[in-house]
Amino acid sequence: MFSRRTAVSGVLALSLLSFSVAACGSAASEGGSTAASASPSAASAQPSLSAETAPAAPLSMTDPWVKSADKGMTAAFGTLVNNTDKEVTVVSATSPAAAEVELHEMAESDGKMVMREKEGGLVIPPHGSHRLEPGGDHLMLMGIKDKVRPGDEVGFTLTLADGGTVTFTAVAKAFAGANEEYQGDGHGSESHEG
Amino acid sequence: MPEPRLTRRNLLTGGAVTAVGALAACTPGKASSSRAEPKPAQSAPATATGVPDGKAVEPFHGPHQAGVATTPQTYAAFVAFDLKPGTKRADLGRMMRLLTDDARRLTSGAGALADTEPHLAEFPARLTVTFGFGPGLFKAAGKEKERPASVADLPAFEIDRLEDRWSGGDLLIQLCCDDAVTLAHALRMTVKDARAFADVRWIQRGFRRPPHVQAAGFTQRNLMGQLDGTVNPKPGTPEFERAVWTADGPEWFRGGTTLVVRRIRMELETWDEVDPVAREFTVGRRLSDGAPLTGNAEHDEPDYERVNAAGLPVIADYAHIRRAHVKDPNMRILRRAYNYDDGLSAKGHADSGLIFASYQADVTRQFLPIQRNLAEADLLNDWTTPIGSAVFAIPPGCDENGWIGEGLLA
Repeated sequence: MFSRRTAVSGVLALSLLSFSVAACGSAASEGGSTAASASPSAASAQPSLSAETAPAAPLSMTDPWVKSADKGMTAAFGTLVNNTDKEVTVVSATSPAAAEVELHEMAESDGKMVMREKEGGLVIPPHGSHRLEPGGDHLMLMGIKDKVRPGDEVGFTLTLADGGTVTFTAVAKAFAGANEEYQGDGHGSESHEG
Repeated sequence: MPEPRLTRRNLLTGGAVTAVGALAACTPGKASSSRAEPKPAQSAPATATGVPDGKAVEPFHGPHQAGVATTPQTYAAFVAFDLKPGTKRADLGRMMRLLTDDARRLTSGAGALADTEPHLAEFPARLTVTFGFGPGLFKAAGKEKERPASVADLPAFEIDRLEDRWSGGDLLIQLCCDDAVTLAHALRMTVKDARAFADVRWIQRGFRRPPHVQAAGFTQRNLMGQLDGTVNPKPGTPEFERAVWTADGPEWFRGGTTLVVRRIRMELETWDEVDPVAREFTVGRRLSDGAPLTGNAEHDEPDYERVNAAGLPVIADYAHIRRAHVKDPNMRILRRAYNYDDGLSAKGHADSGLIFASYQADVTRQFLPIQRNLAEADLLNDWTTPIGSAVFAIPPGCDENGWIGEGLLA
């Protein structure tokens, strides 16, 4: 799929990426009015956040969603909000819906934008936010086990650099975009088209 | 024919009544202490540009869905869907959770989740998104016992010339907004979520005069030139509560209502042949101000007993308002109609009419008796033709954590 359309998308993605980086310094998140952070029930199901050291979740996910897909790969998005005065790093992610979840970024490779694993994980500045969005950083679901249908709720667990975890539930939405090409190790070239 | 009795006193009195009505309409919060009365739109302070109305929000949450008691917005789109074969209760739950989330965000002025054009949502302009369930949805959900009894296809009427492309449907999304751009975006975002579960059956778009042209609370004119909707239940009154919100039938449906959408084509070419006196005789009201032919002002009670010098009723036996008259205010219907004007033939004939949206606690008890009276004999039938018909249950509203239809589908 080395088409001109892909190249144009890549340029747009690059500009969006720089926008999202610029937005990282601000804790303000725009968009959804009903900012759903890690749901209490989901958090209690995996009580890995010790209440003594962290009265509030150090990290929350606002407006999470996942692109619906019949098979193969898909991606999840949302805004990570750091509720602490220290930098928080997400080092890995898992979901019962997929064999594997990778932390991805978009990067230029041989003149076009591709997605690849993000070295060093997702870093959210103190009291800042980090947006995961089509054309930018995202959570990549590899080998989904069942269809992810519109309206399905998909659970995720993020592991932080300090060993703590954060859980959240993303709702699946039919979405035409987010068909980035994947530059993986030994995966060949794939894309997560829904 | 009525004797004109236009005196300055009458005009002044009529004007005063109208002004009081308008004042009352502007402060619905003061009219009643009822807990369920609709909240007025919350308007943000005027911006630097002095255009505050774009930010006006109609609250989405509450015991009833918005878009019924809400003062009618300028533009409306009614979209009906057929559920895809094999759609079950759990699928409908997924669909309604997605659609409720869209409505909740969009009506507040935020983009939908995964909105590719979220900035188009920034002026909610009193957007309301209202959901309705047709008879087929209850069947698909395996919940026929929970269907309000009167939510079914209407019986056929002799005057009907119904077309499939304007009739029926399992799911309805009604969008109303004072801004057509915001409405187009909200329509696209909700349809993009609904279409995984259902195919579009029909869409009807309509319009009214905007509030900056004619203040809310005044009766508007339809495209035949008549004041249309004079005798309507007033939100915030006990009569409105009883006439519109359901208080019996299936438990989950308390606080809901029913909607009948009739597409009424106007035969404007033949209406053109009718002179003003005959037009007033047909309806029973004056064209100029909507006063009954026995009265002086729009809201005067029509005197159906009065006869003229020849001994004939001043308001004719088959005049529209006599045939549509409902004595008991609790049995009235809430009309929230929109005009449509969708095209011109090569000869220059308009495709115009009314999207007649009628809300009532019970279709059989309230709507059908009126419709039968009109179908049997209404002078207006010569110039109006029902070409579409659909009936929906409008579920009650939800709170911040709920979703529309939860009581039926969860």
